[in-house]
Amino acid sequence: MTQHPLIRVKDLNVHIDGHHILKNINISIPDKSVTSIIGPSGCGKTTLLKTFNRLLDDTANVTVSGSVLVDDEDIYAPEAEVTHIRKKMGLLSQRPYPLPMSIYDNVAYGPRIHGTRDKSTLDSIVEKQLKDTGLWDEVKDRLHGPANRLSIGQQQRLCLARGLAVKPEIILGDESTSALDPVSTHTIEDLFVRLKAQYTIVLVTHILRQARRISDYIVFVYMGEIVEFGPTDEVLLHPKEELTRQYVKGFIS
Amino acid sequence: MGIKRRKAEETIFKILMVMACLIVGSSLFLIVGTIVVKGVPYLTWDMVSKAPQGGFYIGKEGGVLNAIIGSLYVAGGATVLGLLISIPISIYLNIYLKGGSLLSKSAKLAYDVLFGIPSIVYGAFAFSIMIWLGVRASLLGGVIAVTLLIIPILVRTLDEVIATVPRELKHAALSLGATRWETARVILRQIKPGIYTAVLLSFGRGIGDVAAVLFTAGFSDNIPIYIDEPAATLPLAIFFQLSSPIPEVQGRAYASALILTLIILVIVIVSHILATKHKHKL
Repeated sequence: MTQHPLIRVKDLNVHIDGHHILKNINISIPDKSVTSIIGPSGCGKTTLLKTFNRLLDDTANVTVSGSVLVDDEDIYAPEAEVTHIRKKMGLLSQRPYPLPMSIYDNVAYGPRIHGTRDKSTLDSIVEKQLKDTGLWDEVKDRLHGPANRLSIGQQQRLCLARGLAVKPEIILGDESTSALDPVSTHTIEDLFVRLKAQYTIVLVTHILRQARRISDYIVFVYMGEIVEFGPTDEVLLHPKEELTRQYVKGFIS
Repeated sequence: MGIKRRKAEETIFKILMVMACLIVGSSLFLIVGTIVVKGVPYLTWDMVSKAPQGGFYIGKEGGVLNAIIGSLYVAGGATVLGLLISIPISIYLNIYLKGGSLLSKSAKLAYDVLFGIPSIVYGAFAFSIMIWLGVRASLLGGVIAVTLLIIPILVRTLDEVIATVPRELKHAALSLGATRWETARVILRQIKPGIYTAVLLSFGRGIGDVAAVLFTAGFSDNIPIYIDEPAATLPLAIFFQLSSPIPEVQGRAYASALILTLIILVIVIVSHILATKHKHKL
């Protein structure tokens, strides 16, 4: 692990509607690797992911205390500017949600709102991102066709390309493959593994085999607390905590 | 419960449902049929091309062009004005505010109440505003009253349409670093067909309403040119003609009703075409 990891969480507590959802979270997410957050449904793993890009702001009655440092900047500090924080992270949600526009415009949307107007620059960004996500050959003849005509697997890769186009440092995935067929799942997983050379990737997953296949580190969250955090093999094969052992074996869910 | 009884139950409810559909279908047929049968004989070119000449209401020369133009102005003006006010309201309530915040809840309750208020109350309210502002019964007065009437319809319709947009789409735009205004524009794009529906509903409501324009728009045989001139509307023209004892004038009332129905039909078709066209583009 590096001296100054990109994402560092300190004493994070989150309450939603008076419920204590995340309790005293302290963690440093390793750079340039895949970290999977695992845990039973409702344990707070998605909430934890959403604290990283402040999407939690969109929920009513949320109180957040503690700090989340991204690039040494506390994103919950009063002076923090939220669009600039979110630009640093690409989000891949459970199901793909293409913007209501063409394939090209989906990828170009981010760069455009952040000030890139030049046509040839946009063209090359779109081409690069679509190539990086393996979509280029499939869509190059219908770039200006509507994005939601693509298959769901292609849409998910398009959403990834769209996120990468704003040059983030971090990729957040919220069960990004749960709506996909096995082939598309495999494609996305491969992409994550390939992208970790350049990006810090944090995934929420409920599929232990997936966590095992693609992640370098695993965070096990249970009832709003981090139970165990460590390299994948250590957590899955030789867990230190009894709770982790039971979850991995499928005794608790 | 035996299978026989369950099947009988199924049949009874099916019959009830089919009957309900027939009632709706046949009343539409009867309404349109009545105005067509009674109106067509009086639907002359003069009716749609001329304003009332002297003595129109006792059966002499002229038409209802003044009321056609007046109605289009009032309903069109109110729809435009209504959209300018209600789109920002729904954007603010649904996109800027967090889901379930107190302000959005109370605002929604407020316009649910407004939605239920009868149009004569809007007419009376607009009338008192006009007195306060020193505006006489005119096109402007009618537009104000009808705008007030349709804002709750527009906001509610837009609300329902925005509610069909998944929150994840909003989050997708936000997580690309879009501001809330940019996010709102993405969502507006997504709901364009719904905006056409909202326009259709409010235009239809606006063009057909009598009570809101009764005191506010005034009534005139002239085609309104300026916004401070009194203006006739089709529903009011129908009302005045129908109150006449002269059969000729009563017939023209049905012809006017037919014109009103045709205008609404055109609006329905146009908005439907626009909405489908947009869906194919998405």
